Amino acid sequence: MGPLTDIGVLNSNWELLIALVLGIGFGYVLEAAGFSTSRKLAGVFYGYDFVVWRVFFTAALTAMVGLMYFSYLDWIDLSLIYVNKTFLGSAIAGGVIMGLGFIIGGFCPGTSVCAVAIGKLDGLIFLGGVFIGIFLFGATFPLIEEFYTSGALGSILVYDVLGISAGMFVFILILFAIVSFYLTARIQRKAKPVRY
Amino acid sequence: MDTNNATKYMNPYLAGFLLGLIMLAAYYFTGEGLGASGAFKRYEIAVLEKIAPAYVESNHFFGAHIAAKENILENRLVYMVLGVFFGGFISGAVSGRLTFKVEHSPKITKKTRVIAAIVGGILFGYGSQMGRGCTSGSGLSGMASLSLAGFIALFAIFGSGYLFAYFFRKLWI
Repeated sequence: MGPLTDIGVLNSNWELLIALVLGIGFGYVLEAAGFSTSRKLAGVFYGYDFVVWRVFFTAALTAMVGLMYFSYLDWIDLSLIYVNKTFLGSAIAGGVIMGLGFIIGGFCPGTSVCAVAIGKLDGLIFLGGVFIGIFLFGATFPLIEEFYTSGALGSILVYDVLGISAGMFVFILILFAIVSFYLTARIQRKAKPVRY
Repeated sequence: MDTNNATKYMNPYLAGFLLGLIMLAAYYFTGEGLGASGAFKRYEIAVLEKIAPAYVESNHFFGAHIAAKENILENRLVYMVLGVFFGGFISGAVSGRLTFKVEHSPKITKKTRVIAAIVGGILFGYGSQMGRGCTSGSGLSGMASLSLAGFIALFAIFGSGYLFAYFFRKLWI
């Protein structure tokens, strides 16, 4: 039963090798879907290309449903998987800053690596900016340390907050996704096409 | 779907499904999902430690890893992002998309794109550390594990993008 590294089946060297292989798959799919071009990524914000939304949401739902089935079949112990800790203030502020960076720069950190891999110099410049941004965060950390750890709620789950079961939450999310795929396809058909 | 564009991309739902399976495999093998920005922080600390060790150790944010006496590059995200580069390269090579260029909308100059890319990168880098992960680690994997943090990240990143999209429309459309 998984996760294999957590139950001691695989040691940490295997974990690094597996991460490398998974990363290759991750990068391959991102590039193949067109995430190596900022103009395609930005389309999600202007309605001319919703590829980001489609890939992102389908991936999240596939993994969610997969984890539920794996748990049901006793293939994975969900209590051992990593659940991001919630810090309200910094999660919202960080997300807002990232969204602004996305609309100005046209990439996110992972997609910029794909862009660099196929020779996009704007991706390389964005990536340089990411390193500067991380440095600036470290440099300004003493000023925001208190805010960074404020609103700590621990590893809480979204369906517990909503007071519904995991299955019901994912089911509602799937319905929402189907509706959103239909509506965004309509918006995209009406949007002025952009060539890139 | 992309008939107006020259290069052929994978069907987005197929791509999303495959990405979901990769993420599921990541949870099955390692107990954690996908991520990117954590690796950049580690690359950066590794370099800073060589050129300014005193600064790194005195800094609360960078120094936390040094204090834990861990090898900063012996980490799954560091290897995963290396893989993302190779995977991206392989896909670009088999699809004939390997070219050196600064890609930008015909309505803006190369210089404008370069400035926007660096400003956007700085903001994303800063925000990814404040938000404890970027679109992949905080958003995508956070959602897959059904954490509240993942859904907050999704709403905050995309919500902010839509909020500010109007002001930066000249960069893209």
